[in-house]
Amino acid sequence: MSWDKEKAALIIEAHRHLDGPALPVLRALHEAFGYLPEEATLQVAEALNLSRAEIHGVISFYHDFRREPAGRTRLKLCRAEACQAMGSDALADEVSQKLAVGWHGTTRDGRVTLEPVFCLGLCSVAPAALVGTELVGRADWPRLQQALAKCEH
Amino acid sequence: MRALIDVAMSKPTLIYVPADSAALALGADALVEAIAAEARRLGKPIKIVRTGSRGMHWLEPLVEIATKKGRIGYGPVGVADVGGLFVADWLGGGKHALCIGQVEEHPFLRRQDRWTFARCGIVDPLSWSDFIEHGGGRGLAWARANGAAATLAAVTASGLRGRGGAGFPAGIKWRTVHDTSADIKYVVCNADEGDSGTFADRMLMEGDPLALLEGMAICALAVGARKGFIYIRSEYPRAITVLEGALVLAKQQGLLSECEIELRIGAGAYVCGEETALLESLEGKRGQVRAKPPLPAHRGLFGKPTVVNNVLTLATVPAILTRGAEAYAALGSGKSRGTIPIQLAGNVRHAGLYEVPFGISLRELIDDVGAGTASGRPVRAVQVGGPLGAYFPCDLFDTAIDYEAFAAREGLVGHGGVVVFDDSVDMSRQARFAMEFCAAESCGKCTPCRVGSVRGMEVIDKIVSGRDVDENLVLLEDLCNTLRLGSLCALGGFVPFPVLSAVRHFPQDFRRS
Repeated sequence: MSWDKEKAALIIEAHRHLDGPALPVLRALHEAFGYLPEEATLQVAEALNLSRAEIHGVISFYHDFRREPAGRTRLKLCRAEACQAMGSDALADEVSQKLAVGWHGTTRDGRVTLEPVFCLGLCSVAPAALVGTELVGRADWPRLQQALAKCEH
Repeated sequence: MRALIDVAMSKPTLIYVPADSAALALGADALVEAIAAEARRLGKPIKIVRTGSRGMHWLEPLVEIATKKGRIGYGPVGVADVGGLFVADWLGGGKHALCIGQVEEHPFLRRQDRWTFARCGIVDPLSWSDFIEHGGGRGLAWARANGAAATLAAVTASGLRGRGGAGFPAGIKWRTVHDTSADIKYVVCNADEGDSGTFADRMLMEGDPLALLEGMAICALAVGARKGFIYIRSEYPRAITVLEGALVLAKQQGLLSECEIELRIGAGAYVCGEETALLESLEGKRGQVRAKPPLPAHRGLFGKPTVVNNVLTLATVPAILTRGAEAYAALGSGKSRGTIPIQLAGNVRHAGLYEVPFGISLRELIDDVGAGTASGRPVRAVQVGGPLGAYFPCDLFDTAIDYEAFAAREGLVGHGGVVVFDDSVDMSRQARFAMEFCAAESCGKCTPCRVGSVRGMEVIDKIVSGRDVDENLVLLEDLCNTLRLGSLCALGGFVPFPVLSAVRHFPQDFRRS
């Protein structure tokens, strides 16, 4: 969704009463729009009476925040140790090859964005992935494809 | 989430299916639909209750049926098994290849001593009556009846130490906040469980969130705080949903009359699990580490005295007050008192959550409890305590899970995660990854961590490619000392643990070429 100043203002207003509102505000905006463009920095800084530099600093610090829209489904593959012990590095290579994208890349058709994640707390059923909102344990390419198909329905 | 599906009116059989993330990741939701559909087709009255997980993750989805002989388990159940299970009369506890018998009698559970996880996997996490029937609320009632001083004394006497990894005595931290005068004090729950190989906080929040809220209420009462925050990582969507429900329920039921609790969600930064970075993040800033002192107990969130405790620390307090501080302190080994929920993960056959008194050896955990590797190949290494924990080879498996015993062998118990690797692991790659992870997650505030982690990757790359191996190994050791002694927090300070343990215990992996 493209940036909508009025909608953003409503979201900011709904969270600005919180103690330390910057992160909840940015999270809510990110959830609504899927990314935080430069306009977001300006608008949030103004609304919270903080400098642009401060808001830019917060946005750029956290891995969750994107500066440009992602594909329709975000595929997060765990890269941490417990998943490595169950072959996640090889799985990552396979997925990257099948989708023809690298980390943080989006497929040409705009379907999928491939992102690394460091631990989903599924270390007992590794390798793990989060496809859209779908958790996948003992992940392999066929199971990831199923989850991707499910997300598109 | 309560009592999702009623298929018929007359005396339904209770069927428990976990809605824990590990079960969901293995298809528990599709399984519930299949069970309900098959029961409807056969005209069998059932009622499906969604619970947390028992912690036997190799059996997930583990379905339990309430029978006259207790709860009978079947697992791992796939959608394709459902028809056959009904034919085998699983509603009556019938025999089937997937049947594990009475769940409570399973050796994996029988050998445990559950305090923190006593209700997890048994109750509907959002059922107040389940909570009360299984002893919930009694810890807070004790604290309300006996007051702050007695509560502080009990927590201190129990010997409970911070389960986040640092192992600092909870009673001392609470007393410091209690004794610091201020107009506002805070209780902050650190639910930013970012260590690979750990999932106990997630399981507790998904399976028994009211225990955490009760623990926070007790803490607030003991230290004189009126406001609490739970800072949970965004990578735990299921736990967030359950906690949101639990907060509404707890408020309705008067569990939170001492303090208001707010849920805050992180945005993907490992370092925010460090308590001062977490406080910065809660204040709406970059998650950068603060220099200590001042301690958060003196000047924490918004400059006010703040208790920052891990999920498990807080969630264990109600059980301690209910069952007695002395009984808790009687368990354990050395200065590590009570129980620790150990998480067996990675390449291990029986992966899951195992809560026992401190003192169990790594060998017993990996060989007996874990039953060896999932791949069937020999075990080569384990990493205990997350990405900043040391790698131990098999000849150190006599080490007991005990803060001091691990420290004596240059390792960490940390948050209790044990990640098993088989003999296909390349330890130079693991050492490089530790540096890479530190570089990616460094908050950037101190130079040893910000720059040292990048230099560390480069040095390891040189070693692996065979360039001046001896000189570069000396350099790596020197760099690790700088990181260890010169970093502001445990991220840079502890990354030498995995790196140097890999070099020390698996030297052949660094001298391939």
